[in-house]
Amino acid sequence: MVRKRTVRCRSSSPHPGAGASPRSFAQKRSAGKIAACERCLCVFAAASEDPLSPPSQRSRAHDTSTELQPMPTSPAMDVSLFSSPMAPRSGASEIDASSPLMYGTPSSRVEGTPRSGIRGTPARQRADLGSVRKAPQVDMHSEPVSENAVAGSEQGAGQRLVIWGTDVNVGTCKEKFQRFLQQFTDPNSREEENAGLDLNEPLYMQKLDEISVVGEPVLNVNCSHIQTFDADLYRQLICYPQEVIPTFDMAINELFFDRFPDSILEHQIQVRPYSALKTRNMRALNPEDIDQLITISGMVIRTSQLIPEMQEAFFRCQVCAFNTRVEVDRGRIAEPAVCRNCNTTHSMALVHNRSAFSDKQMIKLQESPEDMPAGQTPHTTVVYAHNDLVDKVQPGDRVNITGIYRAAPMRLNPRQSQVKSVYKTHIDVIHFRKTDEKRLHGLDEDGEQKLFTKERVAMLKELAAKPDVYDRLSSALAPSIYEHEDIKKGILLQLFGGTRKDFTQTGRGNFRAEINILLCGDPGTSKSQLLQYVYNLVPRGQYTSGKGSSAVGLTAYVMKDPETRQLVLQTGALVLSDNGICCIDEFDKMSDSTRSVLHEVMEQQTLSIAKAGIICQLNARTSVLAAANPVESQWNPKKTTIENIQLPHTLLSRFDLIFLMLDPQDEAYDRRLAHHLVALYYQSEEQIEEEHLDMAVLKDYIAFARTSVHPRLSEEASQALVEAYVDMRKIGSGRGMVSAYPRQLESLIRLAEAHAKVRFSSKVESIDVEEAKRLHREALKQSATDPRTGFVDISILTTGMSATARKRKEEVAQALKKLIQSKGKTPAMKYQQLFDDLRGQSEAAITKEMFEEALRALADEDYLTVTGKTVRLL
Amino acid sequence: MPTVHDWINNPLAVVDGLFAQSNSSPDWEKKVVEYFKEKLKLNDAHTWVPSLNDVPLYYLKPNSLVKFRCMVQDMFDPEFFMGVYETNDLTSNSKQVKCGKYRDITVGGQVDFNSRNTVTSERQTFYCVPIPGESQWNSYAGTSQARVVPSTSYVPNRHKRSYEEDDEMDTQPQQMKDVSQACDGNVTPLTILWCPPKRQETEAPSHDSSSAHCTSSLDLNFPLPGEKGPACLVKVYEDWDSFKLNDMLEVFGILSADPALRVIADEREASLLLDPTEVTETVEEQRVHSPPASLVPRLHMLYAQPLVHNNPLLPSSAPENDGDRKTSSLLRIFRAELHTYLTHVLMGDSLAAEYLILHLISNVYSRRDVLPLGKFTLNLSGCPHSSPYTEHLYKAIQQLVPSSYRLCMSLHNMNNQRMVPRKDYTANRLVSGTLQLANNTSLFLDETQLEQGQLDATGVRNITALGNLISWQKVDYDFNYHQMEFPCNINVLITSEGRSLLPSDSQVHLRPTLNPPNLEEYLSAVQVAQIPSQLNKYRIYLSVARALNYTISDEITKAVEEDFVEMRKDDPQSMSAEDLHRLLVVARLLSLSHGQNTLSRDGWMKAKQLEALRISRTQQQKSVSGNEP
Repeated sequence: MVRKRTVRCRSSSPHPGAGASPRSFAQKRSAGKIAACERCLCVFAAASEDPLSPPSQRSRAHDTSTELQPMPTSPAMDVSLFSSPMAPRSGASEIDASSPLMYGTPSSRVEGTPRSGIRGTPARQRADLGSVRKAPQVDMHSEPVSENAVAGSEQGAGQRLVIWGTDVNVGTCKEKFQRFLQQFTDPNSREEENAGLDLNEPLYMQKLDEISVVGEPVLNVNCSHIQTFDADLYRQLICYPQEVIPTFDMAINELFFDRFPDSILEHQIQVRPYSALKTRNMRALNPEDIDQLITISGMVIRTSQLIPEMQEAFFRCQVCAFNTRVEVDRGRIAEPAVCRNCNTTHSMALVHNRSAFSDKQMIKLQESPEDMPAGQTPHTTVVYAHNDLVDKVQPGDRVNITGIYRAAPMRLNPRQSQVKSVYKTHIDVIHFRKTDEKRLHGLDEDGEQKLFTKERVAMLKELAAKPDVYDRLSSALAPSIYEHEDIKKGILLQLFGGTRKDFTQTGRGNFRAEINILLCGDPGTSKSQLLQYVYNLVPRGQYTSGKGSSAVGLTAYVMKDPETRQLVLQTGALVLSDNGICCIDEFDKMSDSTRSVLHEVMEQQTLSIAKAGIICQLNARTSVLAAANPVESQWNPKKTTIENIQLPHTLLSRFDLIFLMLDPQDEAYDRRLAHHLVALYYQSEEQIEEEHLDMAVLKDYIAFARTSVHPRLSEEASQALVEAYVDMRKIGSGRGMVSAYPRQLESLIRLAEAHAKVRFSSKVESIDVEEAKRLHREALKQSATDPRTGFVDISILTTGMSATARKRKEEVAQALKKLIQSKGKTPAMKYQQLFDDLRGQSEAAITKEMFEEALRALADEDYLTVTGKTVRLL
Repeated sequence: MPTVHDWINNPLAVVDGLFAQSNSSPDWEKKVVEYFKEKLKLNDAHTWVPSLNDVPLYYLKPNSLVKFRCMVQDMFDPEFFMGVYETNDLTSNSKQVKCGKYRDITVGGQVDFNSRNTVTSERQTFYCVPIPGESQWNSYAGTSQARVVPSTSYVPNRHKRSYEEDDEMDTQPQQMKDVSQACDGNVTPLTILWCPPKRQETEAPSHDSSSAHCTSSLDLNFPLPGEKGPACLVKVYEDWDSFKLNDMLEVFGILSADPALRVIADEREASLLLDPTEVTETVEEQRVHSPPASLVPRLHMLYAQPLVHNNPLLPSSAPENDGDRKTSSLLRIFRAELHTYLTHVLMGDSLAAEYLILHLISNVYSRRDVLPLGKFTLNLSGCPHSSPYTEHLYKAIQQLVPSSYRLCMSLHNMNNQRMVPRKDYTANRLVSGTLQLANNTSLFLDETQLEQGQLDATGVRNITALGNLISWQKVDYDFNYHQMEFPCNINVLITSEGRSLLPSDSQVHLRPTLNPPNLEEYLSAVQVAQIPSQLNKYRIYLSVARALNYTISDEITKAVEEDFVEMRKDDPQSMSAEDLHRLLVVARLLSLSHGQNTLSRDGWMKAKQLEALRISRTQQQKSVSGNEP
């Protein structure tokens, strides 16, 4: 019958990895294990030699009684030595009761503190803690019992009863946690979940109130709160989550049902700790983390179907209808061979619908791209979600998960004793936290919670305090590109962006905070390089080329998922760069239909989609950094910007800044440029290293400013802005031109805000306005100067034609009309001759285009028509 | 008394020995690595180690030391394994502490999972493939002295397992002697180069057997189509963060091809049935991550040497050559000969030959933020459309560079080939693409093959990828939810009829001065005329010139600046920043090609002349083609 005796602690931690995960902690632990076993009498023999396939241990006393053999060596009196949860014991059959892990199972009634509330509420097994799993065996033959027993009693003499292998005393731990719940306040809390709570009252007690009202029996506990409250408790939680979390459960339920004895919950409250400070990326996980509480971030790449996992099998005897339950152990059911009631062999049959199942889901998590060192591929980790955490996340979600890291040995073959010396690892998840949730719903950028160390923040602030920080940053931007200081400054301000304002109340909707920039200029003036640099700098950047992208590629498209046959929305570059920068190269080569989608994005910051049954509006709060080449491959200084790049003015007016990147032809500049370039080619390693540091600093600086600085206009600054705007309007009005539109004012505001952000200032001051004005003027000077008059004329950008050009066009048309009229009553004329005549008559040179334009203008007046080479009067 | 080659034939015994000595102090791991490093350093010992690249897998003894010259194609997730474990021997009822490092499977008795002696360690798995596009001359010449001659080694190896150590000790030294004798007779590896039949003999059965074994669906994931060779799962025990994707490595490790590993694949269905909750991998994933060991052996890395180049004619460590006078004069001679040869290949166009040399020794030596420095993409325009000329040109280049690939830019290829590697989440692996190439691979883009037609979405993406590769020397791998940028260092040569549709650093219009009546005959004659030793000279020259250090003195810097300002004064249009960039690269490459590691005034002038010559030719060409209707 019993071939071999083994001692097992039934109250033990159920994780398989504990014994098999052989680090120093496990060693300590297994030593302690024996001692505990000795003491708590949880000793019985098992009939197995294979460590991998033992019979169920957790089976109730009544169905394992044939196997149970009280260990003769364990003195019964030991039991009385210990109070607290291990002590109240009614015999071998109730051993389970001692464990906090089994808290909530029927045996919990021996706890000795009967509370109606708790007793009335069914407990729910915490599959996430792995309570279905069982303790590893300890072989009596190999473990010198006496030695360990001594060690154990010494420990016991210290009057601290701890769960074996740990230093967790259930009583103390419970008490501490209850104290934490009752007393912890966090006046400075900025978490979203705490909105609406009184921050000066104990935080978690308010949450308990919430639970009693809402009835959702889950309490999320921020580990950092525990850490600030009691560092030791925190350490225990991190190191022994399997033991500590059930203790927490126990504590919270006692507390809860004390306060709300009458409340009815679906099941007992479960504590879900999150953001354990051991938060790290997947790459940092190592064998030391096994069985500890960890928080890692990543992206969900795959979720499995729901796996119903049997927790308890229900057997009924075919002969006498005797029922028995067997708990499942690692996916196996030890089918009772003999019915204990009627002693018939092989009469037990499984009854599926009376067995207990729990939900389980396998999730694959991949390292987030930001966490990865260059040149490596991302790691993935298997995560199991249990019960109500199933289907909480979808592929593509960015999540922070808190869970217990597990490792289990892998069998080569169930029938072989040989073992592949590799462990399978996974994480049993306890808590999910989506990091991109807020991005979808909220308006704030808090989604990018980039954690900076205090030193880093101090360093950044120190940098910000420097008077020349603006220049420093702009020169750190793309150092390999020479000069173009103003362009770099413009891009720098774009990287910071303005402050988001919400005018939904007054019907204006959201104000655009993003700054759009267009670079145009000769080919080979490193426009693309700037774009590439920006794309590499910002975390949520997209780089597309106008030549290769289609409208759907930029916006979003609907496609049928091949697996589910459902329509799914695939997002394009503009949506993907929400809260980032979308770099579009070869902007001029974009097709018109593609360009048209940019209209909405660049002003309203949304994308409306109406196709294939999906009508929606997506956020696309993206800054656009575009580069365009002149149509004639070389910039023609005699033409306006519009004429040079042939872009619709409707689109151009949506750019806050339009820069020309031209080749300045000046000797001093050439010399500096040459020096810069040559240096580029033989710079030493150290200098390069230095710059890399700069790029990292710049990245952090921008991230910090974007998340934590929200400047507002000061009185003085708004005055300055008003003046600036009025001045701009005045310039034009003298010559009958409009030189500024409200859009320009908005641009100025954005630029001023961005400049304040650069300074980490919460107020926009007049220096910010000054710089904004200067930059705006510089850009206008470059892009909106009428080549004919030399004046800055904003109508070039807003209407596509300078006022003088329009005037000129009219003049030519009039002259042509006069010419035709002077010719008398000829119904038709030769095209070429008319052109020559007009040229001869006019003082200014008249090009063919101008002539054609004039003809068209007259045709519009229904004065004449042009057919082929002849012009007919109407 | 262990024999000399014991550490090659049974390295695990050495590991176990050191482990036993250590009394479980943790520094035994270092000792093991040290031991093998020492051994490999000793008088060319590494050449005795059989290479997976040359010897068919089934000639190699399991658990012996082998080397493998490879490229890291994919990185799998790290795995935890039993570094030290304890076993119960049921018969003798004794316990034994064993070392699990460098092994896939535990040995001897029942593993005690609860033992306090167990130590869990972590290791990383890399999926490695032979360096893509290795030229034929390269793989032959790389053959080590330890090339196992089938007739002697086949029989003993086949039927032996590691526990029969005694026998091996007797036979193995003998074999080694045989082999080295055979090699002595051959004088140099070069002769092996030109008598490949022997090699093919060993190759042939391996090919047959693999196709027999192979479940047809097993894709070994080579970047280039039509590649052959062993793929390998390399288990890395330390410093795996220092390895990067697409790194070239020479791995010395313990070969593990335990048939038990194959059992997993066979019993996959069975285990699925038994253990549904424990199975975390899909069938596809299992196929990729635990393929049968007979096809994809495991290699437990003892030591890996990153390869700076894969030219077997040079010592594998970075040639520390500061261009002393002797080498530089030697290089100049080689260069002159190579130039003549290339001029012949380019049908008498000496300028194009000059540029081709510059192209072949170009190398991205540094990056400034996003800008790669030192790349020199050459567009050889004026190649006749749809003639075998480009193919011959490629063959000539293939003879010179260690690894290369010719990509015919036909419409079909562009629309159908997978160029950018893509992550397959179902199988959890990086599906390779043509552009996943090791550093300094020559990519030969044949645009003359392009015909009119429409590019579909894949085609456009491929063209964009090629453009990115040329302009930024990077490839954006497709990770479905996001793209990841991998920098690369690939020499791209584009042959086209007119100006290429892809960007390039420099365009040279081919102007043949010779007009042989039979092009093919002429070209093959040119090739045959080059005796192998001559070709070897060129090969060495290219690799050495590429690796030279380079500086510019302050004085020259000044001069260059002056010159630039001067040139701009004359005609600002003709000399932009872009042109200066190019000129600096040309000057650098020109100096290096002459074996000089600083820029001299003379070199600068030469570079300017060369550029002027090229530009005038391009402009002439423009005006010629401009007059065409």
